[in-house]
Amino acid sequence: MEKQIDFERMQRAARRRKGAVRALTYALLALWAVMVLFPFYWMLLTSFKEYGAYNAERIPAFFTLSPTLQNYKDAFTSVPLGRYLANTVIFALATTGIMVVVITLAAYAFARLEFRGKGLLFTLILSLMMIPNELVVITNYATITNLGMRNSFLGLILPSVTSVFYIYLLKETFEQVPDELYRAAKVDGTSDLKYLCKVMIPICRPTLVTIVILKTIECWNSYVWPRLITDDPAYYLVSNGIQEIRENGFGRENIPAMMAAVVVISVPLILLFFAFRKKIMEGVSRGGLKG
Amino acid sequence: MKIQLQNLTKKFRSHNKNAPGEVIAVNDFTFEIPDGQLIGLLGPSGCGKSTTLNMICGLEKPTSGRIFFGDRDVTDLPPEFRGVGMVFQNYALYPHLTVAKNILFPLENLKGKDKLSKEEMARRVKEAAALVQIEELMDRKPGELSGGQQQRVAIARALVKMPHVLLLDEPLSNLDARLRLQTREEIRKIQRATGITTVFVTHDQEEAMSISDRIVVMREGVLQQIGKPQEVYDDPANQFVARFLGTPPINLFSARAQGGRIWVGEEAVLPAPGLPDQPVVLGVRPEGLLPAEDGALTCALSGVEVMGRDISVVASHPACQGPTLRAIIAADTPVRPETGSVRFAVKPGKAFVFRAETGDRIRSAT
Amino acid sequence: MKQRANAWLYLLPALLFLVFFMVYPLVDVFVYSLEEGYNFASQTYFGVGGYNYAYVLHDPYFLQALKNTFLLVIITVPLSTGLALLISLGLSSIRALRNLFQTIYFLPYVTNTLAVGLVFMILFQKTEYTDGLVNLLIHWFGGTGVDFIDGPYWAKMFVLCFYTVWVVLPFKILILTSALASVNPDYYKAARVDGTSKPRTFLRITLPMISPMLFYLIITGFIGAFKAYSDAVALFGTDLNAAGMNTIVGYVYDMLYGDSGGFPSYASAAAILLFAIVLTITCINLLASKKHVHH
Repeated sequence: MEKQIDFERMQRAARRRKGAVRALTYALLALWAVMVLFPFYWMLLTSFKEYGAYNAERIPAFFTLSPTLQNYKDAFTSVPLGRYLANTVIFALATTGIMVVVITLAAYAFARLEFRGKGLLFTLILSLMMIPNELVVITNYATITNLGMRNSFLGLILPSVTSVFYIYLLKETFEQVPDELYRAAKVDGTSDLKYLCKVMIPICRPTLVTIVILKTIECWNSYVWPRLITDDPAYYLVSNGIQEIRENGFGRENIPAMMAAVVVISVPLILLFFAFRKKIMEGVSRGGLKG
Repeated sequence: MKIQLQNLTKKFRSHNKNAPGEVIAVNDFTFEIPDGQLIGLLGPSGCGKSTTLNMICGLEKPTSGRIFFGDRDVTDLPPEFRGVGMVFQNYALYPHLTVAKNILFPLENLKGKDKLSKEEMARRVKEAAALVQIEELMDRKPGELSGGQQQRVAIARALVKMPHVLLLDEPLSNLDARLRLQTREEIRKIQRATGITTVFVTHDQEEAMSISDRIVVMREGVLQQIGKPQEVYDDPANQFVARFLGTPPINLFSARAQGGRIWVGEEAVLPAPGLPDQPVVLGVRPEGLLPAEDGALTCALSGVEVMGRDISVVASHPACQGPTLRAIIAADTPVRPETGSVRFAVKPGKAFVFRAETGDRIRSAT
Repeated sequence: MKQRANAWLYLLPALLFLVFFMVYPLVDVFVYSLEEGYNFASQTYFGVGGYNYAYVLHDPYFLQALKNTFLLVIITVPLSTGLALLISLGLSSIRALRNLFQTIYFLPYVTNTLAVGLVFMILFQKTEYTDGLVNLLIHWFGGTGVDFIDGPYWAKMFVLCFYTVWVVLPFKILILTSALASVNPDYYKAARVDGTSKPRTFLRITLPMISPMLFYLIITGFIGAFKAYSDAVALFGTDLNAAGMNTIVGYVYDMLYGDSGGFPSYASAAAILLFAIVLTITCINLLASKKHVHH
């Protein structure tokens, strides 16, 4: 009998401990959530503050009673933010579009077609994954400069329209399509290209969509190459644009307008993220890009 | 150790958004497992047998009801204080530890006065390994073992604590057919050798029947029948149990009781003295259908399958609930397929009558 | 026969781009790094040798960048990996709000590093008009404020590390939560039946099970941290040398382009040095992982 009471007390203690641990867990998780969200809140908040009011704040205010859209007007009128956005959209669409075609063809060749030296070639291409971008960017900069493609979309786009990793990812996906389908299609006299378009691509669409989204995010955030290759603001992308705004735009002091620009730049990706949350997180966990 | 379950009930909150509310996984379960027996918990998937096992183990807490090990109420005890060993369906062997370390793992958890010396631990590990005959595998990792070997390691790990009760969750389901036969003998042997009260869960009736001292048949959380395998087979409590046990399965006919007889179609196949007139279901085991010139049940003959010692007569009947019915008869019984029909006599001890609406057995009839 | 020709046709665009923008530059960068006194405008050079490397290794800016990068790596890699592990463990132990937290934690991954860096800058900056929010908090807790953006070295390093951790955590949390989720729950059940304590379950079961993913994160974490650049630009502006916060990658780009640029040879030498460092560290990591990781 004594023993049972003992256990009951133990269990009660364990339950209490468990409750405490749980509360602590939630508290810490919430704390980090605040750390993540706060910069977003601050940029939204600041972007709605009046220029004068903001500068008069010696002690930063956590809210504003007189929100204004003036900063957004400024962001689009006194600096070419619209231009930067348009450039980035063109750059992202073109790069992603061309890349998808290039890597689909290559992945299809590796996954489905037979040719001599396939294994060796694929290994060689895979080994390219280890080469850091920093190593090749120097020559590419020289190449594009010598070709006279500085400050042009071609110069921006060309070096980033292949991705070894995505070829690899897509090849793996293509290989999961059963061989029987290919043989059946061949029996019916389907050409390779038609089989690729009518069978492979529809079946592997989820992976392709993931690749498109991830590449778009990458394009939207790319900074280094655009910075090297453009010095004409007419070709700036958003990352370079925001840096330009920071250094020469509104004058260093108009922080609310700067924040408005930051909001405008960040919102498209955040919307994309909420629309494709599952896909993006799944895709990233299959092979992250940065980190 | 004797195990007693009293009015054991387990309810889960439903995670199905379309049907919120509670799911009763185990409903008012009462039975007793005698000391030293091997018990098979049998039922189709989702019948609550694994939940029952988890409650005996202590991994899940019953919503209501009590569990006793011997005279001790263990309902509220966490698993480590119950003295149970558990073998999981996929064995749950730690892949990064060697066989020896896997078996040692539970012993290293012991604290306080239960703490064992290094030598004692080594001795116990060796003993457990010897019991399941895996001494030569001690330095391997689980990934390098066959399914049957992994199974034995898992049993050794469960036995090393010298538990009062051994629990096995679908112990044979991950093995191929040949190994399954061999392993179930093995389990039986180990259980005999140790004398530990053992409960195992399975959905395979043949497996349960072949090695259990007793089987417990469950359906949708409700206990259907307990008994020795042969008893349950020969005397099923209801239509579900009758159908669940036996291969080939029992033949079921829509029938009616009328004037003290059981009628299938227009043929009176069995006497049923005193049975009130009503619609019934007649179940006849395949070995209960005997071809006879003057048999009462006339069926369309589809074919004969030779099985060596026996032959299986495949036939059909409009009142039969399945598309075909089967009779298992000795190979030397003459059957003439070319006639297109066959007449069967129904062997009374192999036929059961069930209430048409509820499926309950009507015992007075046969 | 036809299919063979076909296959090469499919591969042609990818191969062209890869050869032109990856293989050729890879060879070329070594050539550049050995050409002494290369002049970008006239494309001429004096001779061949290791002078470029010697120059880079004696350049105080490079040494500063080297120091900054190493500090950043040593601080952020263990910190971010540990934090990510802690957060993932927390995440996998709860049910309610789990999805919400996961979504929030992932947000930094999809934001523009440059843009959000600007927000961090104003949060940490101390100007003549305002102390900034972080300093306000420091005052509340009785500390003395400091300008994290234009102030002392340690303060700038702190912001850089903080921002880096903030940026890299989403990926690590994501990887670790899925690694934790992929551990078969039967292992934990078996451990419970055996009365294994929580810490022991973590050390002996959870940690070995997720160790491959953990090492993957550490390796990629090292590589990523060594290549830090845009985080620093976001916080301190493009002239990182003046701020004393340059990184190796930043040094490469500054040598290549911009006010101090036009020296592709020095840039190449620095890039190759960086590559050598990363390669060495990765090899050490891999060797260590062979010893400790269960695959």
